[in-house]
Amino acid sequence: METQNSKSPTEKTNVLNTIRNSINKVLNLIRNYFSEVPLLGWFIGTLTAVSLEQLVGRLIALSLGLPKIPVLFGFVTILKHPYLIPSTILYMLVIYILPIVSIARLTVPITNWLAGKLLVLPIFISVIIHLGLLYLIMHLWSGISDYRVLMLRFILIAVIATLSLNVVNGYMGEFSCSHPGFMALGAYGASICTVVLFVDDSMFGPALLPPAIGPFMFPIALIVGGCLASVGAFLVAIPSFRTRGDYLAIVSLAFTFIVKSLIENLEIIGGARGLSSQPNWANLPSIFICAVACVWIINNFVRSTLGKALNAVRDDELAANVMTVNTRRTKMTAFLFAAFWAGVAGGLLAHVLRYVNPGTFGIQKLAEVLAMVYFGGLNSIQGSILGAIGFNILSEALRPLAIYKWIIIPSMLILIMIFRPTGLLAFKEFDVKKIISPKQKQKKEVQNVIASN
Amino acid sequence: MKFFLQNVINAVQWGSFYSLIAIGYSMVYSILMLFNFAHGDIFMVGAYIGFGITTLIIGICAASAIVLPNWLILTLIIIISMFLTSFVGMFVERVAYRPLRAAPRASAAITGLMIGIVFETVILAMLGAKRVSFPALIPAITFNVGGVFITNQKIIIVLVSLGLMFALHQFIKRTKWGMAMRAMSFDFVVVPLMGVSINTMAALTFAIGSALASAAGILYGIAYPVLDPYMGIKYGWMAFVAAILGGRGSVMGAALAGFLLGFIQIFVAMIFPSTLRDLIAFSIIIVILTIRPHGFFGEAYSARLRL
Repeated sequence: METQNSKSPTEKTNVLNTIRNSINKVLNLIRNYFSEVPLLGWFIGTLTAVSLEQLVGRLIALSLGLPKIPVLFGFVTILKHPYLIPSTILYMLVIYILPIVSIARLTVPITNWLAGKLLVLPIFISVIIHLGLLYLIMHLWSGISDYRVLMLRFILIAVIATLSLNVVNGYMGEFSCSHPGFMALGAYGASICTVVLFVDDSMFGPALLPPAIGPFMFPIALIVGGCLASVGAFLVAIPSFRTRGDYLAIVSLAFTFIVKSLIENLEIIGGARGLSSQPNWANLPSIFICAVACVWIINNFVRSTLGKALNAVRDDELAANVMTVNTRRTKMTAFLFAAFWAGVAGGLLAHVLRYVNPGTFGIQKLAEVLAMVYFGGLNSIQGSILGAIGFNILSEALRPLAIYKWIIIPSMLILIMIFRPTGLLAFKEFDVKKIISPKQKQKKEVQNVIASN
Repeated sequence: MKFFLQNVINAVQWGSFYSLIAIGYSMVYSILMLFNFAHGDIFMVGAYIGFGITTLIIGICAASAIVLPNWLILTLIIIISMFLTSFVGMFVERVAYRPLRAAPRASAAITGLMIGIVFETVILAMLGAKRVSFPALIPAITFNVGGVFITNQKIIIVLVSLGLMFALHQFIKRTKWGMAMRAMSFDFVVVPLMGVSINTMAALTFAIGSALASAAGILYGIAYPVLDPYMGIKYGWMAFVAAILGGRGSVMGAALAGFLLGFIQIFVAMIFPSTLRDLIAFSIIIVILTIRPHGFFGEAYSARLRL
């Protein structure tokens, strides 16, 4: 009896290990096969797929028996009409997977050569070329339906919000609950700027400036919103950075409630009814530019000396203090900086929804942003991007399940937390040069090194 | 003066809800040094379990023509639903906290929040979006004491919650389990070496905290007989604030701060327009925390904290 008992778990683990090993083998094969594809290759492959969808997507969808082009990679279609699963998978294979994979793999010599040429240029030019390609892909992809445009706008805003919270929760290692409050401040700050200055509105009267110059002033409105959020962050930071631990969590939570209650009681800006008639300036290009700026600036921030100091404060505040890091000032700067970007995200969100009310920025919003940060991974830029994209796509894809979606998403997050407590892509460095560099050359260098050894 | 006393009575009633919930937060913190963010939703689930048991018992009584006195029904309901809800608490500990004991504390906070959302959704899916009304168990009798109106419900609520708190105090002070808990909160690294299982103690704390939250839920249902799935968020976070005000990990502090919070809320609503209640109450809390960062009964700790 005893031997059996001791045997069965080992057998179980053996089976599990073999399964894991075989999965790893397959994954390694795939990874090796595509390891030489640079980012440029993936972009060109995706571009082909997306333009293919533009040209013949409708035709293929109809001939496969789908009512229209599957808007969100077919998730919604599958959940609504299970009998369409084969044709949806076929569509995905024909339109997306095959073109992307084949073109990315076949153009390896060309794209690597191109990427090598681009790398010789100043880095910002090659980055701009890559970003241009990325925007082109997004533009073409979202050209199919307005729903895709809206989703992309929400995703990009979520990227900004998630990144800014990651600065506090990941890089600084505190637990801040005040992001909905900052987003509310940013949303209201930016909205009041644009509505008062450029819109004929029943609440604030006629426009003070000609609406034609409005779109050029939109960044300034966003910055005003961000600065307002920073002022709020300053008020949170004064009492809460005296001690460590859960102290920031509670003060920032109270701050969120205070901001919500304050806006509800300020009848001059609409109170609980909310504020509407924001101009429609937060279109895809402007949000894309904001998101890129956010990624760039936050990445530079966390890689700077101040960012390193921030990590030192997180790991051991006492040691950091001994090593001449001004811990209080470091934390303050990072917190205000993060709040600024949260405010920008709020401002953009207000101009996408074109209506804000204080109820938008409650505990639910907090749970959402926190979920995105921890889903993607702490202390990494790409983690936040993945978290924002993954969470939003997941929550849109599961929409047909109605309320049960809020059982599935939290359960998935709990599983992720159990198996990867810091998120999927935690503690990674976002090195732009490494990402856009050609992949073949690297391998040769490695081989050379091995040969010389 | 009469008006003032009337509000004092209301505040004591609210304070007893907050105290019962806040004790659960504080007990978990004292053992595991992290907050159980699902606790507000455990309170909500406890109230719903109480609702289910009440309907069941009343149904059985009506079917079999047994006439039970109301106080017996109430006692039965409180005991049964405390018992059942303690399993909900142990479930939360097992699923969301035990696998993450070695992980950063924030990750456990996320799993707690997420399991709370799952609870809300399950209740919402089971019972629909409509609010359910708690069956009226105790017919309200109003006493007029010198112009101040006291209902028997309020007296029962305050007495039951004070009794539960006293029982908890005795449990922690007198029993062996309570001693183990106190030892664990003193040092959770060395005490497991002395033969006290940290898993058992954590499960026990979650169970006791959830049982108290369930009692709070039933008492809330008696006072305000409308339950909705989001009441956990509303009152749970307030109780969380009370737990912080009382001092992290201090059960006594949490109980007292719960009453203080009740007083703050009721008196702010008495003096100012009620829409300003949250604004002023939370501002007062921030001011208190600025003066006493570690709460009333908490201990100041150094920059080194387990993360």
